[in-house]
Amino acid sequence: MGEFTHTHHAHCESGVISSMLRHYGLNISEPMIFGLSNALNFAYIPFVKIGGMPLVAYRSIPKAIIKNIKKNLNIDIKLETFSNIKKGEDRLDELLAQGKIVGAQSSMYWLSYIPNEMRFHFNAHNILIYGKDGDEYLISDPVFQMAVKCDKASLSKARFVKGVMAPKGLLYYPTNIPKDMDFRPIIAKNIKQLSKTMLRKYVPIAGLVGIKYLANAILKLQNKDKRYTKLFLGHIVRMQEEIGTGGAGFRFMYASFLQEASELFDNDEVLAKSSKMMLEVGDQWRDFALLIAKSLKSKKPIDLKLISDTLLEIGKNEAKVYKTMLTFKANI
Amino acid sequence: MDINSVPQDNSTTYAKMQKALYATDENGKLKTVSSTGWEVEELVTTQALDDIEQSIKDAYELVKSGKYSPLYYHMYASRMDLVVLSQSTGFFQWTIKRDFKPEVFSKIKQKRLLEYCDVLGVSIEDIKVLPKDING
Repeated sequence: MGEFTHTHHAHCESGVISSMLRHYGLNISEPMIFGLSNALNFAYIPFVKIGGMPLVAYRSIPKAIIKNIKKNLNIDIKLETFSNIKKGEDRLDELLAQGKIVGAQSSMYWLSYIPNEMRFHFNAHNILIYGKDGDEYLISDPVFQMAVKCDKASLSKARFVKGVMAPKGLLYYPTNIPKDMDFRPIIAKNIKQLSKTMLRKYVPIAGLVGIKYLANAILKLQNKDKRYTKLFLGHIVRMQEEIGTGGAGFRFMYASFLQEASELFDNDEVLAKSSKMMLEVGDQWRDFALLIAKSLKSKKPIDLKLISDTLLEIGKNEAKVYKTMLTFKANI
Repeated sequence: MDINSVPQDNSTTYAKMQKALYATDENGKLKTVSSTGWEVEELVTTQALDDIEQSIKDAYELVKSGKYSPLYYHMYASRMDLVVLSQSTGFFQWTIKRDFKPEVFSKIKQKRLLEYCDVLGVSIEDIKVLPKDING
């Protein structure tokens, strides 16, 4: 086992898993992890509130990447949670003493290296702990460009914070990782599965139907006061761009996965085309964020109809990508 | 997105950090590129931070005027609201609201107070009072 090297990733959970697997000898990129765990999604859940605002998510729920990678690649990743803080602290030290690198779920608010501008009560931030230096833990936080350190007290607070998505001290580490793997059958299966999930109509809050639902909610803001309207629209963009990687960022990452997948299937044209289409959809999500930002800054009344229509258009274009993906036939 | 159009806006909300984004290089190949910020993101994050800042100020004045107990201020100062505080402590919202009343809070049981201290990250001396200035 060589020395651990920190890599800057776009997203915390996929970043931790890909760093971890690469460290143990399986060469796998972050987009490949993201694609093979079916992590792309969309959900608008008005009855779950974050800071008083409805939940808007652009990917699967936290921990889904870890669990799906474990299942889909059929590899051994052990997950441990703790009811006792001391036991959870000791177990981390024990694993590090064995020379392991360990994934952990934590709260962004309590990690001491997080700058004030990014300190929010988000309890499902994934980090990789790769060593200890005196009382400080050496941490590879995938969304930071360099490795960081965190003191023991802050790390414990972050790992054992209570409330929504409480980490319960979650630690995870692989126990047996193959050095080589044929990703192609898994790619074929997951591309089909994701397209179907996104296109299905019977879950009103998730997938492309969720996008329509949100577009509708934007129209209904006409009846709300101006301060709420601005906060709501700002919230959509924050959920899209700032939290984790963002809606556009996840689409770009999935496009990268499709490109890599195309190469693995002798430059398959359907996948290459899907990748380009997904990239364009990502750009449209960015334009959507820009449109909202401009509306928020402008002194003119906000054109809710335009914002809502733009979102519907993105939904339609995204649907086209999944329909194209469904035409993919794997020659294995 | 093309590598050259990845925004490098040096956003204050990035606090000198960078974010990685997947973008296409000149050969159409997707790879990660570091971004120093995006104006659009900075705007909405600043909006959210200002909103938090305003809540803290409002709470400070309300506690100072004697309308609410110091707990009310410490909740906002820790970037929480009633929902998050309730989820974090496991206390019902209506019982927390009672603790916002100065006369109820002054007679609070030690065990309950310690739970607030733990969740908010405030010492048992500090939680009983309003700091001299708002950033204190």
